[in-house]
Amino acid sequence: MSIPSLHRFPGRVLRWGWFLAAMACLGAQDIQVPPPPFTEGIFPCTACHDGTNLKVNRQRRELKDMHSDIVLKHGPESRWCLDCHDPLNRDRLHLDSGELIPFTVSYELCGQCHGEKLRDWRAGVHGKRTGSWNGQKQYLLCVNCHNPHSPHFQALKPMPPPVTPGSIQRKGGAL
Amino acid sequence: MKNDGPLKSLRRFLGAAAAATAGALATLTGCGKNEVEAFLQHNFRELSKEDLKQVIARLEQDAKRKYGKHITIGNEPALQGVIFGYALDLSRCIGCRRCAKACVKENNQSRDPQIEWIRVLQMDKEEGVDITHADPYYNPDLVPREGHFYMPVQCHQCRNAPCTKVCPVGATWQEKDGIVVVDYNWCIGCRYCMAACPYGARRFNWGDPMVPADELNPVTHYLGNRPRPKGVVEKCTFCIQRVRKGRYPACVEICPTGSRKFGDLADPKSEIRYILENKRVFIFKEELNTKPKFFYFYGV
Amino acid sequence: MEMLRAFARFAADSLGRMLSGNRYYYAWVGFLLLLIAAGSAAYLGQLRDGLIVTHMRDQVSWGFYIGNFTFLVGVAAAAIMLVIPAYVYDWEPIREITILGEVLAVSALVMCLCFVLVDIGRPDRFWHILPLVGRLNFPTSMLAWDVIVLNLYLLLNWFVVTYLLYCGYTRIHYVKAIVLPLVLFSIPMAVSIHTVTAFLFNGLASRPFWNSAILDPRFLASAFCSGPAILLVLLQILRKVTSLRIKDEAIFKVAELMAYTMGFTLFLTFAEAFKEFYSNTEHLVYTKYLWFGLQGHHTLVPFAWASAGCGLAAFLLLLVPRTRKNWVTLNIGCALIYASVYIEKGMGLIIPGLTPDPLGEIYVYTPSLTELLVAAGIFGVGFLVFTLMLKVAVPIMLGEMTIPSD
Repeated sequence: MSIPSLHRFPGRVLRWGWFLAAMACLGAQDIQVPPPPFTEGIFPCTACHDGTNLKVNRQRRELKDMHSDIVLKHGPESRWCLDCHDPLNRDRLHLDSGELIPFTVSYELCGQCHGEKLRDWRAGVHGKRTGSWNGQKQYLLCVNCHNPHSPHFQALKPMPPPVTPGSIQRKGGAL
Repeated sequence: MKNDGPLKSLRRFLGAAAAATAGALATLTGCGKNEVEAFLQHNFRELSKEDLKQVIARLEQDAKRKYGKHITIGNEPALQGVIFGYALDLSRCIGCRRCAKACVKENNQSRDPQIEWIRVLQMDKEEGVDITHADPYYNPDLVPREGHFYMPVQCHQCRNAPCTKVCPVGATWQEKDGIVVVDYNWCIGCRYCMAACPYGARRFNWGDPMVPADELNPVTHYLGNRPRPKGVVEKCTFCIQRVRKGRYPACVEICPTGSRKFGDLADPKSEIRYILENKRVFIFKEELNTKPKFFYFYGV
Repeated sequence: MEMLRAFARFAADSLGRMLSGNRYYYAWVGFLLLLIAAGSAAYLGQLRDGLIVTHMRDQVSWGFYIGNFTFLVGVAAAAIMLVIPAYVYDWEPIREITILGEVLAVSALVMCLCFVLVDIGRPDRFWHILPLVGRLNFPTSMLAWDVIVLNLYLLLNWFVVTYLLYCGYTRIHYVKAIVLPLVLFSIPMAVSIHTVTAFLFNGLASRPFWNSAILDPRFLASAFCSGPAILLVLLQILRKVTSLRIKDEAIFKVAELMAYTMGFTLFLTFAEAFKEFYSNTEHLVYTKYLWFGLQGHHTLVPFAWASAGCGLAAFLLLLVPRTRKNWVTLNIGCALIYASVYIEKGMGLIIPGLTPDPLGEIYVYTPSLTELLVAAGIFGVGFLVFTLMLKVAVPIMLGEMTIPSD
């Protein structure tokens, strides 16, 4: 899938253009997010997917040679990698319109299907948001809490329960 | 508020007379100056600026002696025009209890005897919000458990609070920013407020509270998380020492699922207002007309 | 000046009387002092370690102390069971013994104040509750009202008793214009102390078991049968150990009134139970916990049924004239009423009101040893006050103790 008009521009111009546009959007919305939580060494994707050594294979399949550690449990059976990752520019995600977005604003992609969540997230109501209630706020990316490949929020080990009232005794024994 | 002129001057006279007698007693009984001042201290709302400064200095001294650590006891007043509100997303809480433990650390709650201001209830999805099927002692390997949802409960800072009504000495009241506070140096420990609270939000210091000195949070507020003595009531204050400086309460900051939301109800652009206007919100035990400022909602 | 000297004489003479007596007197007072010592030792432990030495916890934050306090407020209010027939209906047989009811009221009130003092977490801050010097949250807090009416009633009764005894001692006839209004005023005051105490509980919407309009009438009805129960036994003892003449018909009349008030109490209890069980709302849990147990916890059940059983038996014994006028069954009836109301006020009121707690938790509360010892000590104090006052009152009533004529 490609946008013929944009491919007239060299890759690096495209990258910078999108980055600046994203920053502009961010500035307008004042959404401070941390950088994407990449696995060590996995980014930039184009280090391997440079368009020459690895050929684009649009066949929906189970990955065996590389990225086999990724368990894809996101939506129906028909979902697979290239629904989100751009096949031609692996340093980008692509929206349904074909628009490419950097990983730093991945929430734009999530919001395409999860529009209500995106709206709530922007308002600070979905997900953790820190900062000051009357000032600057820090958001988290969707992917900071939800693994995009299997986004269901992981169960946690609960912290210990409170002690029962009967077990509260004065120090040194009961009377 | 009893601030009428002749009554106030009468009280001041009696106070001065009492102080003189107590001073004499102190020298006779060998009680320290601090103990006598502590005994005579009046209700927080009646202290002059000077008196309050002395009280705070004395309390900081006492804490230094007890914990070997320097603490500050702040006295930040309510911010103008602010009314705090809190909302908890029942569709997101997974019952991990990190809020309860963060609260304990931030607010210097006694470790032994154990006090936790926040109580997380494991509820049955089939029964809904029904406290006869609530369990605060759940301890599985992982949460959330199938068929259950989780409902943390803490002080609701009610606008029509039953607890402030019943206190015989006026040791607990609602501040201008909506936080219901306790003056730990005025409370007589009758526990009437605990009987009156429909949310089981108040805790009593049955024994001498114990906080390890290395875990003591030294940034405190007089009406909030300063070290408390035994025999008095305490409860959640929306982290008064944080929120009056613009920070979020500790429970809001630590929640890993972002279930806890806090803000200024008077600010139409706050997240708390967004929730009240856009989400399905309910009030716990609404029929009791406590008009709380703590709301439960379903974010999904 | 004359009066001051006479009063000083009266006080000195009274003290003398209190400090001397026969060996039974010394044994009795010694026993009471022992109780007080035990209670004081236990209380010192509580002062040192805090209320953690009791078994009260956040989930059940009031217990044995407040239960006893509530019961004793009722006993104090019961003095008017004597005052009404004596002064309102001008019934001579009771008139002579009204003062004994007032002495009982004073002793009961002293015990009430002691129970409150031992229950609060900071007794050193007791002065905070005084108006003017402290900060009394009047009129919003019912506890503030209770502080005022209890102390007022105590003052009233103590004044009337002291004045009447002083007049008896100095052989001056008491001024009716002083005594009559005060005594008549003590009737609404007695009703008020128990009404305010009831309002303490039934004003709390957070405790559905208490939040019932019928709570106040129940309090009054059970108070008016429990107080006289103690008094009747004491009157009989006094008749035996002193030469005080108390007419049989006075005792039987009071017993008859007790029958009616116990009957009314039973009826109100039944009405309350009906409302809970028939409407069968979520609020039933508290009543169920009391009468049938909940989730495997049955601690209160035997007490609840025992209280009801004793009450019913007492009602029948005192209602039927034959058993009422029989000294054995009369005294059994008094003991049964005392037991019934004592259990009902403590275990039947305080605990089910707080169990389950507002978040549905059941914590089974039973008093700790400290609580039992402190309560025993306070009962020792109350009985001691009663004994000492009677040691002065009875001789004055008999005309055996008067001011020396010099």
